[in-house]
Amino acid sequence: MGKKKVNNELGIVVKKVPLWKDFMRHKWLYFLVIPGILYMLIFNYLPMAGIIMAFQDWKLRIRGHSGIFSSFIYSEWVGLANFEEFFTSKTVNFWNLLRNTLSISLLSLAFFFPAPIILSLMLNELRSMKFKRITQTMVYIPHFVSMVIVATLTQQLFNSSDGIVYEIFKALMGKNAPDVLTDPDLFNVLIVGQSMWKETGYGTIIFLAALSGVDMQLYEAARVDGAGRWRLMWHITLPSIRGTVVIMLIMKCGSILNTGFEQIYLMKNGINSSRAQVFDTYIYERGILSGQYSLSAAAGLFKSVVSLIMVLSANKIAKLCGESGFY
Amino acid sequence: MAKQKEFVTSRQNRIKRSPGDACVQVLLYLFVGLFAISTVLPFLYVFAGSFATERELLERKFFVIPTEISLNAYRYIVKDGRVFLGLKNSVIVTLVGTIINMVFSTTLAYPLSRSDFRFRNGVTNMVIVTMLFSGGMVPGYILVTNILHLRDTYWALWLPGAMNAFNMIIIKNYFQGLPKELEEASHIDGASDLQIFVKVVLPLSKPVLASVSLFYAVGHWNAYFNSLLYISEVDMQVVQQILRNVMNQAQMSEMDETLDWGSQGAPPSKAVRMATTVVATVPILLVYPFIQKFFTQGVMVGAVKG
Repeated sequence: MGKKKVNNELGIVVKKVPLWKDFMRHKWLYFLVIPGILYMLIFNYLPMAGIIMAFQDWKLRIRGHSGIFSSFIYSEWVGLANFEEFFTSKTVNFWNLLRNTLSISLLSLAFFFPAPIILSLMLNELRSMKFKRITQTMVYIPHFVSMVIVATLTQQLFNSSDGIVYEIFKALMGKNAPDVLTDPDLFNVLIVGQSMWKETGYGTIIFLAALSGVDMQLYEAARVDGAGRWRLMWHITLPSIRGTVVIMLIMKCGSILNTGFEQIYLMKNGINSSRAQVFDTYIYERGILSGQYSLSAAAGLFKSVVSLIMVLSANKIAKLCGESGFY
Repeated sequence: MAKQKEFVTSRQNRIKRSPGDACVQVLLYLFVGLFAISTVLPFLYVFAGSFATERELLERKFFVIPTEISLNAYRYIVKDGRVFLGLKNSVIVTLVGTIINMVFSTTLAYPLSRSDFRFRNGVTNMVIVTMLFSGGMVPGYILVTNILHLRDTYWALWLPGAMNAFNMIIIKNYFQGLPKELEEASHIDGASDLQIFVKVVLPLSKPVLASVSLFYAVGHWNAYFNSLLYISEVDMQVVQQILRNVMNQAQMSEMDETLDWGSQGAPPSKAVRMATTVVATVPILLVYPFIQKFFTQGVMVGAVKG
């Protein structure tokens, strides 16, 4: 090791150690890396290879052949037929899926995304440390309970037969009281509202961490220069969390078609399904419940590709704007 | 001079001087306080309701302390037994699953944290690709059910998510931040890479290992989707599945409550649902005060760029 370093300092190119020698020297590093690589090959890369089924009329069992791999070899190749069906057929109703998915994710981008930023700015302004600590402990709680429990609580509070929140709505609005559990037009509000209740508090941690790193002298200096509360926030507080916000935004852009299966599946029912059917639930119902593997694999591939493009372009834009980006 | 003095005075004094500022502060406390209450109130309401009698549930609209305490709902779910079986299954799934996660994550994180590991860049890129792109739900499902034949085994819950790339990178970054001298000293003392990993690096990384294992554990405990996909055997279902089933069932058969129940009158189905929710929620809320610190810590470590 020491020798190598000296060589580098002198600017002499170190001759690459032959692979077997490197292996003998660091054999444990090579062994340690094996489980992780195997895991990725089997559970990440093999399914990626499985995407070829989107271009086939893939059958689980093929007459005259046994074994799952022969399904991939002997299934009929159909080119882009699955995609054509996915985008154009009436039974799939692609535009409805897209509208439902976007109506949830755009609402989420507009309200759920800024919520933790706003809350952390508010917490940051609080003067009583005790109050701050207690409220932080409280608002983190919903993050730790499962989506099933959140769905369960929602059902018990909002249902129109005996839900307490529904009763409040009824007292306030009379007949127009919204039944959020079944009204298709309120489905996106329901989903985003739930997410905000569950994750806003926990989402503040990352911003509060960034805020606590700000040098207090900056604030003092700005105050001396006569800056008020809002100017302090605009010129010092907000710039200090900008990097974090950009990274979160990039990740959010990547998940624009990922509305999260669990939550939507749990809140979806027969009455609101016209607005609740999103790409994820559609893929689940067609691919896994009805066995239309190729069609739903095509839908999944569409989703993955769009997410990839979104992340990469958001990352690019962030870098063009002088931010550090995601990787 | 007068201006100079103003800055020297304490913050408290400045609030008094500016009524607008005080107003903003009051609004802040009000808003933050209300939001905080809204996050715990549903739990309190369901907790109270699970102990209430049918009459009280019908008469009082909202309460967090029932006037008459009834344990009938709990007796009902104890007799039913499903939710407790679910809890037991969830404990098994969580414990074993977390151990598997940590083995896969740390063993990959260590070589990737070593700048002298030759395939470091290659393997790191391999990880990044998995973060950006995936095969999707259907190929993954076929892999687990038809190639690996893991349906109705807990391996279906443990293996597909055995390593989370984000968590692995958090650990890797922490390893990288450890002082290199310690590793080099052990190296000179003749320790192998494995010995350095197990005896030097892992013990020094307890904070991040605690945080990440709790990320994984809470994830396993709360997971529903994978068990929905792969576990149909009733005796193997985890608590989240059971809770979901009880909710759906109670909604459907609200009218025909179990007939042979109870001396003091059957517990209302609403209370049974609430009691089931409480039993499913309590374990995580009980550990919450102890794990909160590690979560905050873990998020902050993770925030130091991946």
